[in-house]
Amino acid sequence: MSQVSPMSSMSSIGASARPGRRDIGLGRRYAAERRFRFYGMAAIGFGLLFLFLLLFSVVSKGYTAFQQSMITIPVAFSEQVIDKDNERAANPQKLVSANYPVVARNALAKVLGVDEKDRAGLKAVNGLISDSVRTQLRDLVVADPSIIGTTRDVTFLASGDLDSAFKGQINLDVPEKDRKISDRQVGWMNQLAESGALSKHFNTGLFVNGASSRPEAAGVGVALVGSLYMMLIVLALSLPIGVAASIYLEEFAPKNRLTDLIEVNINNLAAVPSIVYGLLGLAVFVNFAGFPRSAALVGGLVLTLMTLPTIIIATRAALKAVPPSIRAAALGLGASKMQTVFHHVLPLAMPGILTGTIIGLAHALGETAPLLLIGMVAFVADVPATPLDPATALPVQIYMWANEAERAFVERTSGAIIVLLLFLILMNVGAILLRRRFERRW
Amino acid sequence: MNIMSEAAVEKALDGKMNDISYKMIGRDVSVYYGEKRALYDVNLDVRENTVTALIGPSGCGKSTFLRTLNRMNDTIDGCRVTGRITLDGDDIYDPAIDVVELRARVGMVFQKPNPFPKSIYENVAYGPRIHGLAKAKADMDAIVEQSLQKAGLWNEVKDRLQESGTGLSGGQQQRLCIARAVAVSPEVILMDEPCSALDPIATAKVEELIHELRANFTIVIVTHSMQQAARVSQRTAMFHLGNLVEENDTDKMFTNPDDQRTQDYIMGRFG
Repeated sequence: MSQVSPMSSMSSIGASARPGRRDIGLGRRYAAERRFRFYGMAAIGFGLLFLFLLLFSVVSKGYTAFQQSMITIPVAFSEQVIDKDNERAANPQKLVSANYPVVARNALAKVLGVDEKDRAGLKAVNGLISDSVRTQLRDLVVADPSIIGTTRDVTFLASGDLDSAFKGQINLDVPEKDRKISDRQVGWMNQLAESGALSKHFNTGLFVNGASSRPEAAGVGVALVGSLYMMLIVLALSLPIGVAASIYLEEFAPKNRLTDLIEVNINNLAAVPSIVYGLLGLAVFVNFAGFPRSAALVGGLVLTLMTLPTIIIATRAALKAVPPSIRAAALGLGASKMQTVFHHVLPLAMPGILTGTIIGLAHALGETAPLLLIGMVAFVADVPATPLDPATALPVQIYMWANEAERAFVERTSGAIIVLLLFLILMNVGAILLRRRFERRW
Repeated sequence: MNIMSEAAVEKALDGKMNDISYKMIGRDVSVYYGEKRALYDVNLDVRENTVTALIGPSGCGKSTFLRTLNRMNDTIDGCRVTGRITLDGDDIYDPAIDVVELRARVGMVFQKPNPFPKSIYENVAYGPRIHGLAKAKADMDAIVEQSLQKAGLWNEVKDRLQESGTGLSGGQQQRLCIARAVAVSPEVILMDEPCSALDPIATAKVEELIHELRANFTIVIVTHSMQQAARVSQRTAMFHLGNLVEENDTDKMFTNPDDQRTQDYIMGRFG
């Protein structure tokens, strides 16, 4: 032995000779990994960028929709205008058909100091007031006819154009004849704002009102109720049907040609364009079964058909993911097939089923095309009392507002999108919470 | 293996022969998975209150045979069983026999511990509950305690019965599975390589347990470990390529087997 390891006390054992380093391509492998990480981060960055752009554009355009300009002035309920012949005791209809816009116009004209003979001036004053003041004042008077002849403070909606101008959405540098609000009206606007008569309030009308051709009075109330009805119908039908179908197919049905065919068809149905479901719904539910058009019931049924494949696929995947050893354990104890499924397999698959269901529901909530075909794209001013009444849905309302010409509908379109997104976020948070709750049982 | 006369077979099917009680008797048992044949005319008897070990190389059909004894093969698509298997003289493949009732009499412990993702108490109580064995809560408590005691787990878990069964160690989980099988008061317990996922200490505990359970139960155990078969069983059956090669007293099997293939396998010359 010429070399003895210093660590070894035994002289007969030497250190093994270190072989030369082999080139096993380490540099190349690490470079590949770095490249891949970069691609991954770039992909995520790209996605985040567009998500941010989407949210930014929607929120920046839409946040103003949650505020609405209102005018608060003393209004004289003049008997001269409302009921000059004093017929209201004999003919209550008189109070309903009275010329209330003139009441409001006169009140505003008085505040602004416009002469009663100045017809052009009065017309311009009228342009500041929303036409919804007609029903507002009428409801006040019908509810309490004794206010006729008195004066009291009333807060009513400003017109859509005044609202847009007050929010700074109308470019005042444009020549007067090319914009919807005149210099005189702008002057009044500033005068009212300074005196505090014109101010912005939280826009509750956006959430409770139905369709209106006047943007300041239009809201998503009908669409919200319609969407709610549809979601309830979809949930009540598609969850039990979908889960029952999946359990049967996955746990009970024999594996043969027929079940293979059914499986292929379910997967295909999940990929069928939603407008086709709309045509199906129109033919089956409206034309054949005779359900009313534009009703949330029909919309819910169509969306149920559309959601079923999603739920079935998700449920089957969740059932497949339950370890076979759990089934064997239960069967080995003498549990029947049904007990095995309902006591052990289904509870373990529950988080997956719920996730699939809520994804399906979220999908249904945002679906527009099939609803257009069954007539849910309609002008519905009254909140539907039952699912059989005409209704619209949130995405359809967005679609309709996006087609409107007035400036004030632009912010409402984005506002409705924000409401829809909030609902989707709410549903997804619900899915996460439910999943957490069920997963704790593991 | 012994060739029995027709009369002896008939006697055996009644469950009594030469003063030995046979709990389960298999005659000409063949199993097919679709086109593939996994077992060839196996004749194997299981003696009462005895541990019978099934040994043999991987894929020899010992687990397949075990699973025919409580019809777990029914759950596999395309699986077909021919021949005759009796439990106390009743053909278990008779259409009149209910598979749920059969499995309540022939329990099973699996290779990988598979407790339900529920509490320890619920794991043990599940079987008695679905079979309606306990009327009152106190009865159920008693069954759970006795079963856990029989499985040698009571002292380790008595203070945390409401904790999850999946939170136990591997060995404890397997003993919980044994307690779960015992709780139904079966007559036969089938064990499919119950120690293959356990460390030596946990294995020793389970083997000790098998010894104790023998007094009350008939046990059939599949094992890959020669030593384990020698330690826990009184009878050993050797399978090879779907055939039953030899069945004998364990002592004789490991010292002086009749068949050369058994000798070779035990000596580690193939497997």
